[in-house]
Amino acid sequence: MEVTDIIKAENLIYKRTPLLTENILSYCPGCGHGTVHRLIMETIEEMGIQSQTIGVAPVGCSVLAYQFMDIDMQQAAHGRAPAVATGIKRVMPEKFVFTYQGDGDLAAIGTAETIHACNRGENITIIFINNGIYGMTGGQMAPTTLAGMVTSTSPYGRNTAMMGNPIKMTELVAQLPGTYYVTRQAVHTPAAVRKCKKAIRKAFENQKLNKGVSFVEVVSNCNSGWKMTPNQANIWMEENMFPFYPLGDIKVPEDSL
Amino acid sequence: MERDFRLMKGNEAIAEAAIRAGADAYYGYPITPQSEIIEYLMAEKAYDRTGMVVLQAESEIAAINMVYGAAACGRRAMTSSSSPGISLKQEGISYIAGAELPCLIVNVVRGGPGLGTIQPSQSDYFQSTKGGGHGDYRLLVLAPASVQESSDFVELAFDLAFKYRNPVLILSDGVIGQMMEKVELKPQRKRLTEYENWSTTGKTPDRQRNIITSLELDAHKQELINIRIQAKYKRMQEEEVRYEKILCDDAEYMIVAFGSSARICEKAVHVARGKGIKVGLFRPITLFPYPSKPIEEMADKLKGILTVEMNAGQMVEDVRLAVNGKVKVEYFGRLGGVIPSPSEVLNALEEKIIGGK
Amino acid sequence: MAKVRGAIVIDIERCKGCEVCIPSCPFEVIAISKEVNGRGYPFAYMVKPEECTGCANCGIVCPDGVISVYRVKV
Repeated sequence: MEVTDIIKAENLIYKRTPLLTENILSYCPGCGHGTVHRLIMETIEEMGIQSQTIGVAPVGCSVLAYQFMDIDMQQAAHGRAPAVATGIKRVMPEKFVFTYQGDGDLAAIGTAETIHACNRGENITIIFINNGIYGMTGGQMAPTTLAGMVTSTSPYGRNTAMMGNPIKMTELVAQLPGTYYVTRQAVHTPAAVRKCKKAIRKAFENQKLNKGVSFVEVVSNCNSGWKMTPNQANIWMEENMFPFYPLGDIKVPEDSL
Repeated sequence: MERDFRLMKGNEAIAEAAIRAGADAYYGYPITPQSEIIEYLMAEKAYDRTGMVVLQAESEIAAINMVYGAAACGRRAMTSSSSPGISLKQEGISYIAGAELPCLIVNVVRGGPGLGTIQPSQSDYFQSTKGGGHGDYRLLVLAPASVQESSDFVELAFDLAFKYRNPVLILSDGVIGQMMEKVELKPQRKRLTEYENWSTTGKTPDRQRNIITSLELDAHKQELINIRIQAKYKRMQEEEVRYEKILCDDAEYMIVAFGSSARICEKAVHVARGKGIKVGLFRPITLFPYPSKPIEEMADKLKGILTVEMNAGQMVEDVRLAVNGKVKVEYFGRLGGVIPSPSEVLNALEEKIIGGK
Repeated sequence: MAKVRGAIVIDIERCKGCEVCIPSCPFEVIAISKEVNGRGYPFAYMVKPEECTGCANCGIVCPDGVISVYRVKV
């Protein structure tokens, strides 16, 4: 059977979701941002809520998220996306509202906004991409940078005695009664992507229940910041990031969907 | 509809006026001397009355960003604070101006700098009228001098904010916020049910997605955005200047003062008139756009102008710019939250302007 | 004969040559090209098309979503 016989419309089983715009993603080759963007838009497509969803982009590599996601979106100041999302959800409680944030945005300057949006139990979805570094600005140390990890502002490795310890925001917010579903995922292998997609779908479905924040952390690679090829970075991530940031559900409601 | 008169604090009048102006959301944070605004809204159960969302945020920074979120959905959103809290909001306000969003901000000014005092002041004049945050932008600034104006300016501020898609600031102070006066309240206005076509209410098949952002990496495009924003301020200068003149027609001297200072100067003007001094009071109501032209028109027949401000001399610069050297302009003021008295104003007028008793 | 045959179509101009799809394929169908696309990136292609079962592993792991997957029962 020739390849040309296989490649026919009726045989198509997977293609790029039309909810991603035509713009070529601005992310570095192999960066997990693109994958998570796609999973979110696939979820919104499958749930049929394109006209019901408002996204909030952060400041960081994904500051341009609204050039790739074909939904109404707002650009938040650095770290303030959870507050912006609160402002939206409170006046439009029937809409699906999510923030998309990096680790610098959510775990450094936006710590208070993250903690308090979760503590208030806002009915929003927070998608948190943790690549242990500030990517957009060229690879500086982030609150999630691992001990000993080299970055442009920890050129000799993060010295925890001087620069403190990496912060586990996901475990922190899981302590707050306002969070309903808290999980940590990855998108570096097909299996991880499938699990992450289910988690994102659950995080959006939960908004119908009005039971608080669904918080999805995605541990991801930063090829240019870590100065590795994508596949090397994914291996390094498994060997170094996952031990400190273990994958899996951290808080699952009993009556979860 | 019979008329609705109350005896209310300035802060409470602002809160009640917000409900009646059909505000959709208030996001705030406690700070003296303006906490009555959120307290009143909570006590009044604004949500039950009109569906208006009232939420106390974790900080002034979070509050202004909540306003950004709601405003970008085309809603009438507002916040209030006092000087230090307003400083915290500056980045958010610059984003709101850059993203061209309507909103209302109330600053009940207290003495600064730093933690300062809780007494009234006008030392946020520069911050309010020259931008306050980063980038070329301005706020339309309304300065009430009474509880009545504090109430009336809320609906006006929302309408001007939507007319220009720009944040509007009500610059009150601790005196006006805390004192009680008779106030006539407007009837309840309906909240919005339709929203501007630029707002993020969810991309429906009939339109492109709406993006609310202040980011534009292409400098030439960013310049065009700036030019469009500056055109708004030019239009405000042409259409939105508001002021009041008291006893200025035959005046040889003039006092320029806004807000609480203007009330004190009105007394000083009457005392001076009793002593045969032909002095008038010019009270700017919009601090941006500043009433430069009407002041300049007065300058030709004046021998001197005194500005009276509860700060170290800020508005005096705008008056000097307005008269462009045609007449002497001096300033008098008390600092740190001290309120000047009418007799002090009279002394300053005689010493600095009329010259040598 | 395999009961199922697959094939993938790669949007060559959008591919950034990140190679993340390569280890995701159970049958080593994909390799990276010697040539480069219009943006200077080498791109993925089917080096062993006959081995493809259309499992879509590559499609779902691709950060830029450039892979369309076809599958047919034989």
